Amino acid sequence: MPYEAVIGAEVHAELATLTKLFCGCSTAFGAPPNTQTCPVCLGMPGVLPVMNRLAFEHALKVALALNCHVDPVTFFDRKNYYYPDLPKNYQISQNHRNLGRNGHLDLPVEGRSLRVGIWNVHLEEDAGKLLHPESGQSDSLVDLNRAGTPLLEIVSAPDMRAPAEIDAFMRALRNILLYTGVSDCKMQEGRLRFEPSISLRPAGQKEYGARIEIKNVGSISAVVKAVEYEIQRQTRALDSGERLTPETRLWDDRLGRTVSMRRKETSADYRYFPEPDLVEIRVDETWKARIRAELPELPVPRRLRLQQQLNLGPYEAGVLTDDRALADYFESAVAAGKASPKAVANWVINDVLRILNERQISPVAFPIPPDRLAALAALVETGVIGQPTGRSVLDDMLATGEPPEEIVRKKGLAQISDESAIIAIVDRVLAAQPQVVADWKAGKKAAFNALIGPVMRETKGKANPQVVRQLLEKRLAEQ
Amino acid sequence: MALTAKEVAWVAHLARIELSEEMAGRMAGQLSQVLDYIAQLNEADTSETPPMSHAGGLSNVFREDAPGMSLPREEALRNAPESAEGFFRVPRVIE
Repeated sequence: MPYEAVIGAEVHAELATLTKLFCGCSTAFGAPPNTQTCPVCLGMPGVLPVMNRLAFEHALKVALALNCHVDPVTFFDRKNYYYPDLPKNYQISQNHRNLGRNGHLDLPVEGRSLRVGIWNVHLEEDAGKLLHPESGQSDSLVDLNRAGTPLLEIVSAPDMRAPAEIDAFMRALRNILLYTGVSDCKMQEGRLRFEPSISLRPAGQKEYGARIEIKNVGSISAVVKAVEYEIQRQTRALDSGERLTPETRLWDDRLGRTVSMRRKETSADYRYFPEPDLVEIRVDETWKARIRAELPELPVPRRLRLQQQLNLGPYEAGVLTDDRALADYFESAVAAGKASPKAVANWVINDVLRILNERQISPVAFPIPPDRLAALAALVETGVIGQPTGRSVLDDMLATGEPPEEIVRKKGLAQISDESAIIAIVDRVLAAQPQVVADWKAGKKAAFNALIGPVMRETKGKANPQVVRQLLEKRLAEQ
Repeated sequence: MALTAKEVAWVAHLARIELSEEMAGRMAGQLSQVLDYIAQLNEADTSETPPMSHAGGLSNVFREDAPGMSLPREEALRNAPESAEGFFRVPRVIE
């Protein structure tokens, strides 16, 4: 039977702050265990949490970037559960009045635009980290450095229907978090986590099937694989008449499959109630307006603008806007007004990106200023040098820090486009190769190419190849 | 409001409290009395009262994102029944 997959996602992002959500302990990653704790994040009796303003504003920024409705009053709740990574035995989170709700994210998927609803955006504290040394041992180890780190939770509506759609959703959302600077999104450090949920229903049916949530997925590509796996697994189960029940499953990246985890506790078991240790937060229009004004142009609108304004293709615009700093670099190079946007885009995508990857550096650290890259693009575009020469000039620019014009001048790299200089060489080559000329006259068109090589060699590769072709054709026709 | 022994046992489980069946039955009776006493509040007419999340009346209390002092690790671990290699040590939570 054909089924339709219904996919949603819960996203957790650790926010980029120096200190924890409710105390002054550092949030730096990788410190020795339990060296970044204090009575507040250890859950000692009698302490009071105080909200980190920057963390709250980061969360507000994301809520607004995702077009959420932000109520004038928001407050925090206690989510009660017992687990050793949670020293207070409750997590301060939001449930009754989330910071943002009913938003949406428009994203490009395979040439069309998909709107994914955002059910809510809220702020909470992260839990500590558990280590389970070796199987068979009777203990677990707890590191509370991460406990209390500001964590943003974003819950999407189940608006996605295919693995490619959740792939696009994750990339778009990560880009928004990076563009707004609220998180460094380092998935390998667990600072950004996606937990997809998938259910299947017979095509055409309105009611949702049993919702399966997947945890322990460490990268965007692993989420896509896990979703593909779940669709296959659930299809097989339903086809064989099995009844699926809602559950949480763990992704095993090594085996490429999900395994059942535990019975899903219903949300009533968390016994949420308003956090009495924190006061409510009023978000007025002035505050919202200030945060909105701080929002940069977001990746999807920027991509569309580059397509329309600069006439770039969707692929080029997509690659360039995938990284805010790269897009900034590209736009400064275009603004230099020396070369066409298309030519600059090609240099950035083919060469700058390659060098950034080789050197493992960010566009901000790229040693060639954007206007110089534009100057190089212009030298090639106007035919002063050829494309391969351009590449070697770029290498020289990286090595010496000199401007491209200077390198071309010093090394005498400018192409010879002067017809009178080239025509003399063409005539010499034709005179020296009578057999090739005869072949060409006899109708062997391939012989033409055998004449270009010697001309290029005589000019040490500096002759403009287009001019060489034109002159060869002209002279052969005259013979 | 009559709580059942089963409900008491479930709440005890959530709070990780060990309760004998006999104790759960006794607690059900006592907790029901407490709930009945509190339930008198339901007699007050709150149709005109806006919901509130906090009794203090304050709002927007923040701290700046400035680092403060953390505890030395020995201090942090001092109350722990067991520790090992700088970690808190607890009964194993996964198989």
